[in-house]
Amino acid sequence: MSVVDERPARVVGRALVRHDALEKVAGRTRYAADFGLPGMLHAVLKRADLPHARLLRVDTSAAKAVPGVASVLTAKDVPENTVWVDVPGQTFQVGALKARTNVLADGVVRYHGEPIAIVAAETEDAALASLELIDVEYEELPVVTDPEAALEEGAPLVHEQGNLIASWQLHEGNVDAALTAAHAVVEQSYETQFVDHAYLEPEAGVAWLDTDGVITVRAATQVIEHFRDLARILRVPDNRVRVIAPYVGGGFGGKEDMTVEPFLALVVQRTGCPVKMVWSRSESLLAREKRHPMKLRYRTACDAEGRLLAQDIGIVADGGAYALLSALVLLYATTCSQGPYRCPNVRIDARVAYTNHTPASAMRGFGAMQVALGYEGQMDLLAAELGLDPLELRRRNFLERGDTLAVGQTLDTHVALSDLADRVEAALGPKPEPSKRGRRVGRGVACNLQPYGRCVWLNDWASAWVGFELDGTLVVRIGVPDIGGGQASSLVQLAGEVLGVDPADVVIHIGDSALTPLTGTTTATRQLYMSGNAVLQAAGELREELRPLAAELLEAEPDDVEFAGGGACYGERHVAFRDLIAAAAKRQVPWHRLSIFRAPGGDAWRSEASWRGRVFPDFTYGCHAVDLELDPETGRIDVLRYLAAHDVGRAINPQSVEGQIEGAVVMGLGYALSERVIYEDGINLTGAFAQYLIPTAVEAPEIEPIVVESGEGVGPFSARGIGEPPVGAVAPAVAGALADALGRRLTVLPFTPERVAEA
Amino acid sequence: MMLELLVNGRRLREPVEPHVTLLRFLRDQAGASEVKYGCGEGVCGACTVFLDAVAVNACSVLAVQAEGAHVETVSAFGDVASLHPLQQELIERGAVQCGFCTPGVVLGSIEAVRLGLAGDRMTIRRSLAGNLCRCTGYGKIVEAVEAYRDREGAA
Repeated sequence: MSVVDERPARVVGRALVRHDALEKVAGRTRYAADFGLPGMLHAVLKRADLPHARLLRVDTSAAKAVPGVASVLTAKDVPENTVWVDVPGQTFQVGALKARTNVLADGVVRYHGEPIAIVAAETEDAALASLELIDVEYEELPVVTDPEAALEEGAPLVHEQGNLIASWQLHEGNVDAALTAAHAVVEQSYETQFVDHAYLEPEAGVAWLDTDGVITVRAATQVIEHFRDLARILRVPDNRVRVIAPYVGGGFGGKEDMTVEPFLALVVQRTGCPVKMVWSRSESLLAREKRHPMKLRYRTACDAEGRLLAQDIGIVADGGAYALLSALVLLYATTCSQGPYRCPNVRIDARVAYTNHTPASAMRGFGAMQVALGYEGQMDLLAAELGLDPLELRRRNFLERGDTLAVGQTLDTHVALSDLADRVEAALGPKPEPSKRGRRVGRGVACNLQPYGRCVWLNDWASAWVGFELDGTLVVRIGVPDIGGGQASSLVQLAGEVLGVDPADVVIHIGDSALTPLTGTTTATRQLYMSGNAVLQAAGELREELRPLAAELLEAEPDDVEFAGGGACYGERHVAFRDLIAAAAKRQVPWHRLSIFRAPGGDAWRSEASWRGRVFPDFTYGCHAVDLELDPETGRIDVLRYLAAHDVGRAINPQSVEGQIEGAVVMGLGYALSERVIYEDGINLTGAFAQYLIPTAVEAPEIEPIVVESGEGVGPFSARGIGEPPVGAVAPAVAGALADALGRRLTVLPFTPERVAEA
Repeated sequence: MMLELLVNGRRLREPVEPHVTLLRFLRDQAGASEVKYGCGEGVCGACTVFLDAVAVNACSVLAVQAEGAHVETVSAFGDVASLHPLQQELIERGAVQCGFCTPGVVLGSIEAVRLGLAGDRMTIRRSLAGNLCRCTGYGKIVEAVEAYRDREGAA
């Protein structure tokens, strides 16, 4: 049965005001830190002062003696201190992606800021005073901070089993032969940096012991499925832990791994008291996971017409001190490193290493964005070599439907790259003149591809409940965490569309691992695709369930019944849901529906040596262009104009789509121009917003989003995901524009005024 | 010591430690959870409040400095049932995503328009430089402030 209506949509595609925005703008939303319970303790963490050291002694006796202190916990107090990370929230195991981490440092600290102990006290002041009295004796160990150095023989070991976390290799065709026979070959290295998610809401949560001994954690998270990890840490059954995600103040991947949750759960288990933990901005910047820095080495060859013949790619990523999602991030980097271009001969050697840096993990773009600096830099270099316009060279190589990536995945939906390039080119116009003498204007373009939806090996699924109350009002229950992208409101829009109910009249309950059907993580640009399809399916099935009864009440043929205007109708006749549901209840016709959407699988994971084939459900493509003005004396860069075109398949809420594009571009500009976590021998020096510089409204330019709707995608109503894709093309577009203005290419991010002026 | 002040028109008399910031006092003792902790260093603007009608970062003011003052949070300007015109512009233009910076943005923008610091787009952007937002890219916020300024007939 098809649940997708062929008729024109009524609310899908409209820029509706998001239901959550109303409460947020009035300051009424209760985020993780805005919640409390009587008798609540306050918990804080003792963190490592050194990046690599043996813990000779952790003496908590004086700390425990501080009045008001309820509990001081160290590694030995944690029932299961070792956490095996699969991929958060996943129910299928994929061996190669497993990684090991600790709740609290056990014998050794491996990065600056690693948690050593938890203090819980009646007041925040008492907790902080107690923290000062924890006596830690360290024996310093040699520090390794460069991932290439970490992989060399004799490097200091971050973990006993060696510093290599994961590697992926691919070789398609014959790269050496193609390089020899090529018309032009360009070779260049690129380097990307550690950056922070820098969402405005620091990590926070409150936990308590609920009835039946269920430890309940209400925290800012993208993944309520961490309840299973918490159960393991506490050594209790899965059904004794519940995670609630209130509306989250920004995620971007930084709330994908656990943050405050294990510490809160441990204090509740130990004391029985409710407890709150809020990380300071400094803790968040110092010690929460970051984006993987990558060293990229590219050799790229083409023929005389500029058609790519070979890509020879090396990637070495810094995974920091614990593995978390490094293997998966590197997989994304590997599969996307050839860019959105056809290439017959591709060789990729990708490795990620442990260092004594903050662990690196998920961040918007997830490996696929770092490599764009490399593959787009190469396209610019080849264009210059051949004397071709940079966009023209790209056009000659754009992937199309039916092409196969080196990884073995064939593209089976529309690839809009040439439409996107046309739209950007048409909107661009001539390059502007410099505003003053001595200034220079540069123009850059960049294209990218980014997967949306989980890697197919993970057999992703999402469930949703859609039903009516007896008065005819509509309710959606679904375990989606809403991290600010409008995840919940899109689902309201979809349910309203299918059932003919004004979205403003729909109520949605989200983000509760015990009470809302699990729908998987708000990560990997998967929510609209997965939970959207689940809601679409549940609402469609519910509609069909009610159709015969509606037909009977309307004295119509079932096929002639339409659902609109808050009820069912046939011609002029209308029965409101209030009456339809009353009749359904009387006749015992179900008036709610729980459905599971299963993502189409792909080639199964076989082994590390045999994993090629379909890896992702689909991709979102983009084409960006930027004009910037450079002051060569000071190195200052002003972005004059920024165009960002993406094919989103179908825009469920066009305003939300624009919002994702504009926000991601500005995040990308921070990455390109100013943001950098600075370490000195493993010590993080950027522990404040005064040191870690995200763009303000002054640095951010006006962004011109160009939303293309090809009508093809695997999400509901043919939508494609747009949360992550727009972040990837920004840095390479800026790099191209800067090279155009400067006459030299910078290859190490970020392009700060100091670096530009020295270039 | 004992602190006496007005919070959104409500008179409060509360004991307060001298080192407690106005932000902590508002959140923990005055029930004003709409004032957000974002950085604690006076950079992000999530804790913006009006202290006797002047926008300040509540994290960078001690509670005792507000003795006798009138503190206004976003709640003083509009409620879900009756939004302030700027709040209405913000939601209609999609300028609210995660919403964590929004209470501060509302107050910062109201002050900018009131002081005539919302003339052109760059001026609006400069006026908002003390309110960080990581979700929207600022464009839709700037448009909302511009529309509100035009509604007020103030430049």
